[in-house]
Amino acid sequence: MVENRPWLTAFSHLVVILGVLIIAFPVWMTFVASTHDASTMLRSPVPLLPGPYLIQNYKEILFQGYARTSGIPLTIALMNSMIMALGICIGKILISITAAFAIVYFRFPFRMAAFWAIFVTLMLPVEVRIVPTYGVVAGLGMINSYSGLIIPLIASATATFLFRQFFLSVPDELAEASRVDGAGPMRFFVDILLPMSRTTIAALFVIQFIYGWNQYLWPLLVTNHESFYTAVMVVARQATAVDATPSWNLIMAAAMLAMLPPVLVVVFMQRQFVRGLVETEK
Amino acid sequence: MATVSMRGVRKSYGGALEVIQGIDMEIADGEFIVIVGPSGCGKSTLLRMVAGLEKITGGEIAIDSRVVNNLEPKDRDIAMVFQNYALYPHMSVYENMSYGLRIRGMSKTEIDERVKRAAGILEIGQYLDRKPRQLSGGQRQRVAMGRAIVREPKAFLFDEPLSNLDAKLRVQMRVEIKKLQRQLGVTSIYVTHDQVEAMTMADRLIVMNKGVAEQIGTPIEVYAAPSTLFVAGFIGSPAMNFLETRVSSDGRLAIDGAALSPKTGLDPGRAVTVGIRPEHLATGGGLDVQVELVELLGADTLVHGRLSDGKSLVVRLPGNQVPTAGDRLPVQAYDGAWHLFDTETGKRLGTA
Amino acid sequence: MEKRVTFDEKTLPYLLVLPQIVITLVFFFWPSAQMIWQSMLLEDAFGGNTRFVWFENFAHLFQDPAYYRSAAITAVFSGAVAVLGLALSLLLAVMADRVIKGATAYKAFLVWPYAVAPAVVGVLWGFLFNPSVGIVAWALRNLFGYEFNYVLNGGQALVLVVFAAVWSQISYNFLFFLAGLQSIPRSLIEAAAIDGAGPGRRFWTIIFPLLSPTGFFLLVVNVIYAFFGTFGVVDALTKGGPAKATEILVFKVYNDGFRGQDLGGSAAQSAILMAIVILLTVVQFRFIERKVHY
Ligand SMILES: Nc1ncnc2c1ncn2[C@@H]1O[C@H](COP(=O)(O)OP(=O)(O)O)[C@@H](O)[C@H]1O
Ligand SMILES: [Mg+2]
Repeated sequence: MVENRPWLTAFSHLVVILGVLIIAFPVWMTFVASTHDASTMLRSPVPLLPGPYLIQNYKEILFQGYARTSGIPLTIALMNSMIMALGICIGKILISITAAFAIVYFRFPFRMAAFWAIFVTLMLPVEVRIVPTYGVVAGLGMINSYSGLIIPLIASATATFLFRQFFLSVPDELAEASRVDGAGPMRFFVDILLPMSRTTIAALFVIQFIYGWNQYLWPLLVTNHESFYTAVMVVARQATAVDATPSWNLIMAAAMLAMLPPVLVVVFMQRQFVRGLVETEK
Repeated sequence: MATVSMRGVRKSYGGALEVIQGIDMEIADGEFIVIVGPSGCGKSTLLRMVAGLEKITGGEIAIDSRVVNNLEPKDRDIAMVFQNYALYPHMSVYENMSYGLRIRGMSKTEIDERVKRAAGILEIGQYLDRKPRQLSGGQRQRVAMGRAIVREPKAFLFDEPLSNLDAKLRVQMRVEIKKLQRQLGVTSIYVTHDQVEAMTMADRLIVMNKGVAEQIGTPIEVYAAPSTLFVAGFIGSPAMNFLETRVSSDGRLAIDGAALSPKTGLDPGRAVTVGIRPEHLATGGGLDVQVELVELLGADTLVHGRLSDGKSLVVRLPGNQVPTAGDRLPVQAYDGAWHLFDTETGKRLGTA
Repeated sequence: MEKRVTFDEKTLPYLLVLPQIVITLVFFFWPSAQMIWQSMLLEDAFGGNTRFVWFENFAHLFQDPAYYRSAAITAVFSGAVAVLGLALSLLLAVMADRVIKGATAYKAFLVWPYAVAPAVVGVLWGFLFNPSVGIVAWALRNLFGYEFNYVLNGGQALVLVVFAAVWSQISYNFLFFLAGLQSIPRSLIEAAAIDGAGPGRRFWTIIFPLLSPTGFFLLVVNVIYAFFGTFGVVDALTKGGPAKATEILVFKVYNDGFRGQDLGGSAAQSAILMAIVILLTVVQFRFIERKVHY
């Protein structure tokens, strides 16, 4: 800061640390709950410090599941989430990058029509059109399938625009140089444009992975068979099941596992995450 | 190595305006041709039509007497050096130089041999593993050259390859490119807006203005006998002095109220513009210059002044002659240094 | 902005845009058209007959007190989420920006809640405030004598949903505010300091006005988030209850459409929501345009 006021700096630290603690508190309590046995977690006040049942609880939820609601192992739900998140991620990036390539580097009839068709989807989040979209997906026989979980969510104006923006910033001369070097459009795309888009792809990957993993309403609609439930869904179902003696230790272990992958991605790819967040909002 | 012919080449971008309005040019094998002109006159467009990066609206272009109008750049066997170098940022210098060869399916050993040879010529052997962003401007320029050389093409095309360099490096690279072209003997077309580059590098140059080739000739021809007012003003530094006047009854030209020039042989009363280069004026003569500003360049002295009728005139004197502002300086032009142009059409009429 | 160079291929560009266009047509345009169509259909109680009724479903909605109640809840909810979320994250961002040492470390500790699924956020907060075992509910009861039971008390349920939604959005707001703060030239603040402005005065006269575009942008984003992004929070925490006290509009669409089987009414609600998103998106774009012209 401009002038030296030690008490003000100390106060700032204090406020931020307090904020960090308050924000971390719910997750801390979740973690603590996942390390005790079920009966401890039914006696109020619940403990504030971890107990000895961590490994046992996680083993049980991962490989046996939560018997009170379904009893299928959480590993299956985690795998479904992973398939859905990666599917959405990769699918979105693939179709967006090719669409952006076509729109930027070619001139063809209906180019602007395609551009606007993609553009208006910005205005239609899935929550707004759930009922009819569900109808379409059901009509196509995509209920209880990975394609039903993934494909309706991969059309994305945001990703297309991000790539378009990036391609427009690539100097024209690079495309010309590659043409003179003998590269056709696909070769230019694969050899030059894709490697140059690395950072943009990484940023999008992080954002879309989180988006895909954290989907809730959509999997709720298109799956009614346990073998297709996602981790987030399973956690919400367990927690809201009407039950006099819920096993909070297992519910919270499942919650910890359901948030772990996207949180790890954010923590370890923070640079790409921040970049992706800021750029997709342009 | 090849000849390049342009016959009535035209270009328009959809609209009515023609950016290139019919260029005819025969380029001999191994020749170094410079296209020079002010910014926006269509130099790049013409070069890019030769490269195959722009469609040709009219006329035809032939490389080695094969018409290439409808050929893709890769099938024309040319290599190009861009103003911003256009190096692939994610590839090493080696990969940049070998990319075109790899696409053509050349064997690894031959690629390696060619890249190493070109790197040797350009003295960039120790940078082959670096990425373009780890190189200085001059080194990038060399890599761009290297990428063109390894292809061993029929022709090199350069689009202002030196204008992103600082002045000193520009002079140095100018000499190197010229030497290299001599050594390799590859037909080259070089675009620049810098007339010094044009004069020093060209075997022949094309002076362009608004999509028209105003003059095609060797640097000396263009300097000594500019075919239009535009060329006369564009080539030479400092620029030629122009004085509008009429032919007097005795066939001489009336300058500053007196008939001073040699006989012109033109009809009396005709409106002409006289051009005299500053370096073709010397002290002692009938033109009376009121000195306004003196620029000392060391070897030369540039005198900016006015004639008594108010027209401005620049005189280049040897460095040891230093008039002061406010002085009256009598000057005269050499015989044969009077360039005559038709005031209306701008066309050259001759010298006197 | 357009490219100068393009490739001449005739069919390739169509192949390249095709996947996205097909998915967009099948999963965006077709359902949206159906939604508009459905919003004008009325199905009788046993799903046998369907009649085309023009705007009757809309007319019904606008006479339905339950719809107005849901709209009012949504307004209160999104207002509270936006104001609380922006205020808290601005406070954190300003404080973190003040301490140059540690700002990046703090950032790492504040960004991760973004990665937690809204539905899981609902579960976490439900656990904290659980009437029988929630540690916060216990503390309120035993330390402050305040009975907090969101399962029975509608007002408390709404407060809890707001808290959870704010928690979930705070890292996003924080990141944008921090970026905005860090883009303010240091020299400007130093000049103000030389002019004699203290830290508080500098904040209100220099930093706050310069940050207002970011704030406005975040306001729109937060309202959109509160409208549509909080479905998971609500479903995992209260399922719209108790007694529909937390039934925000998007939840009502889902409830009426999938639980109540009132397809026409649900479609009409969707159409209205769609109009709201479009409006908000246009506002946002207007703003972005302005930002470009700065
Ligand atoms: N893609 C284009 N569309 C329309 N006009 C163009 C295009 N490219 C160049 N021009 C116009 O053609 C003229 C010549 O451009 P260019 O060849 O780049 O000039 P130079 O290289 O001599 O500076 C300019 O007036 C420019 O505005
Ligand atoms: Mg040019």
